[in-house]
Amino acid sequence: MTPLLATITRREAGIAVIGAVMLAAAATLPLFDTGFYLSLALNIAMYVVLCTAWTLFSGPTHYISLASAAFFGIGTYSVALGIETLPFPLLVTIGFVASAVLAGLVGIATLRLSGVYFVIFTLGLAELVRQVVTWAQTNFTRGVGLYVFTDFTEAHIYWMLLGLAAVVYVTGWLVNRSRLGFALRIIGNDETVARHVGINTAMAKVALFMISGGFIGIVGAFLAPRFAYVEPPSAFNPMISFQVVIMALLGGTGRLWAPLLGVIPFTILFDQISANFPNHTSLVIGIAFMSVVYLLPRGVVGLIEDMRRMKRKFRIVWTDDAALGKDPAE
Amino acid sequence: MNAAPILRIEGARKVFGGLVAVNDVSFDVREGELVGLIGPNGSGKTTMLNLVSGALKPTAGTIGLAGARISGRPAHEIARQGVARTFQLVRILPSMTALENVMAGAVFGHMRTWGDDARHVAAALLERVGLAGRGDAMTGSMTYIDQKRLELARALASNPRLLLLDEWLAGLNPSELKLGIDLINEMRNDGRTIIMVEHVMDAIRSLCDRCVVMSSGVKIAEGDVADVLARPEVVSAYLGDDDA
Repeated sequence: MTPLLATITRREAGIAVIGAVMLAAAATLPLFDTGFYLSLALNIAMYVVLCTAWTLFSGPTHYISLASAAFFGIGTYSVALGIETLPFPLLVTIGFVASAVLAGLVGIATLRLSGVYFVIFTLGLAELVRQVVTWAQTNFTRGVGLYVFTDFTEAHIYWMLLGLAAVVYVTGWLVNRSRLGFALRIIGNDETVARHVGINTAMAKVALFMISGGFIGIVGAFLAPRFAYVEPPSAFNPMISFQVVIMALLGGTGRLWAPLLGVIPFTILFDQISANFPNHTSLVIGIAFMSVVYLLPRGVVGLIEDMRRMKRKFRIVWTDDAALGKDPAE
Repeated sequence: MNAAPILRIEGARKVFGGLVAVNDVSFDVREGELVGLIGPNGSGKTTMLNLVSGALKPTAGTIGLAGARISGRPAHEIARQGVARTFQLVRILPSMTALENVMAGAVFGHMRTWGDDARHVAAALLERVGLAGRGDAMTGSMTYIDQKRLELARALASNPRLLLLDEWLAGLNPSELKLGIDLINEMRNDGRTIIMVEHVMDAIRSLCDRCVVMSSGVKIAEGDVADVLARPEVVSAYLGDDDA
């Protein structure tokens, strides 16, 4: 892989080092606390992976997918159904493959749909999968729920999620610098142009939707031991889909690391809301969602970029004045 | 010029509901030829171009590129076969730099380069169309003529066997028009095969080897430019009949 390594810029190497240090620092958290803060950090790690995986697809294409809960639930069920008979890593792999295959099928069927039709279809899909699982369990098995007993502690799950986060970031970086990533940026700009420069737009979108859905499936698989008791409403909880979208949009979808800036504040906020307003959680989340869309249409990252641009403009004005011999303090 | 036809259109037909936009049109384009496709507004010229580029699928008839049938294939496959185009309303990629806009044409199409190769191709073409050194410019804030230049560079980036220009000269002021005509003339001198849909008659007269005239979806004339433009049926298609 020398050609790849040879083309890494200093800046990219710097970001990689900073990322690795941050990840290592985050990984030490269970040494200090295994209660509230670990639990909160686990939620943050989970949504970081979910939102980043979601952004891999939705960032460049601008397709809003509400199918996250479907992929997540499939991952969870892959583990829950097989935990008695098969090793955990194999079950995670099954969860990844099953989610990716579902994403592929959905992609082939729906990516020709645009805008709101795609959103509605993905929302319906999550519900459909949930109903099918419930139906299958009530008709073919003894109960609706499944027990998942493992030796994993919250710390283990947390570490697995951090490792997965690293994999997702590296994947995202590799995709961005590949032809596929370039193709998706063109598609996001103008799909007609994309087709006429020779891009198989349907294939490109399906490929990325599969990668994105597969990762979300792995998160669901990792989280199964935490649920301990898995049933369709918890594994296919539509709130997961909505929160992923809200957090990713709050952070911004233009950069790979942008969702991080939405996940951390929102997870902490959501934790506070559900602790202090247990009966009004949905209402407050709804208000938060609308605020994000109205106030930060390009997310926190967009805000940062706007501020930078204003600063630059200010600096240009300042230097012009200086060049004219004016005192900038005037 | 007796070169073999690179593009052969046989009985191409496109129907939108009850409207026949292109009505059994046939013509050939030989390698290295610059063919003008002209006719009054609404005569089906752009639809004809869309059939060739794959933006639309013909209702009937066949279109072949260098002997291989391309009609009915998706646009991205036709692009890979070597057909590139510009659009009637200029289409740039606003969130990407000028260099990236041109690279888009060099990566996925008839020519498949990547990395530094694609960058070199794109930089050379930017210079070619008069945008040297503007590679990092954000394209959304470029002037209209520069956006048109950029779009042309993107189309050329795939080194197409056939280039389709859809009113590429429309909307340019007189000095820009002269630059534009010179640019197309240079491409013709390079041996590029081009079909241009155009309303600017000066450009048609000075550039085209041959022209095809359409009216109400039907091909009404084809041949040498001066000769064709003098024919009564062409004059009446543009100006109406005397006795009407």
